[in-house]
Amino acid sequence: MIEILTMITMLGSALFMLLAALGILRLPDLPTRMHASTKAGALGAILVMFAVSLHFADGVVVAKSIAVILFILITAPVAAHAIGRAGYFVGVPLWEGTVKDELKERYDPETHRLYSGLETPEQLEAYKKNLDMKPRIRLKSKKKS
Amino acid sequence: MDIVIKITFAIMGLAILVVFVRLVKGPTLPDRVVALELVASIMVGFIGVHAISTDKASFIDVAIVLALTAFLAAIGFARFLERGGPRHD
Repeated sequence: MIEILTMITMLGSALFMLLAALGILRLPDLPTRMHASTKAGALGAILVMFAVSLHFADGVVVAKSIAVILFILITAPVAAHAIGRAGYFVGVPLWEGTVKDELKERYDPETHRLYSGLETPEQLEAYKKNLDMKPRIRLKSKKKS
Repeated sequence: MDIVIKITFAIMGLAILVVFVRLVKGPTLPDRVVALELVASIMVGFIGVHAISTDKASFIDVAIVLALTAFLAAIGFARFLERGGPRHD
């Protein structure tokens, strides 16, 4: 029974890794490739470690594989964030079908400063006047009825 | 069990081959860094399956060290890209 479960997790992890590899080959630009590789690759490694702890069923090995799983869960998003941020600042071109790039108009790549568009009091007043039309940030407290 | 381990090795090898195509092709340096990170992640899985197939639990330590170095390499490459340096991609 445990052997069958080990085999299923191993095959599943191999398939997830193949999926990540296909995504990294076929997808059009850097953020979409990272979206494929980070999540599917991490899930593949986690499933292999799960299979290892099922196969050995020993306290030390289970603790080590849980340590590997926790380490992958912590470091995969951090590494993806660092690489994606660096790639955006270096100027890697986005896919031509990209719909929205909110950082483009708000971010100053020279000073690394993010603007909200509400810096001066005039902008804030104009924003408050149009608040009914465009409720993006709630400035007044929400009344509970 | 034996044939499943062989199939798993074959699929993981195919995955590494496919990532290697992106590593060679990759138009920019961050693409290549992402591909290298995925190669390290697949290698962690490879080592885990090898530990199961040889029935030696001490290979898990190798997987821990490989995951650690892959993370450090990714962070180092990101710092290098962001702070600037010679780039020929």
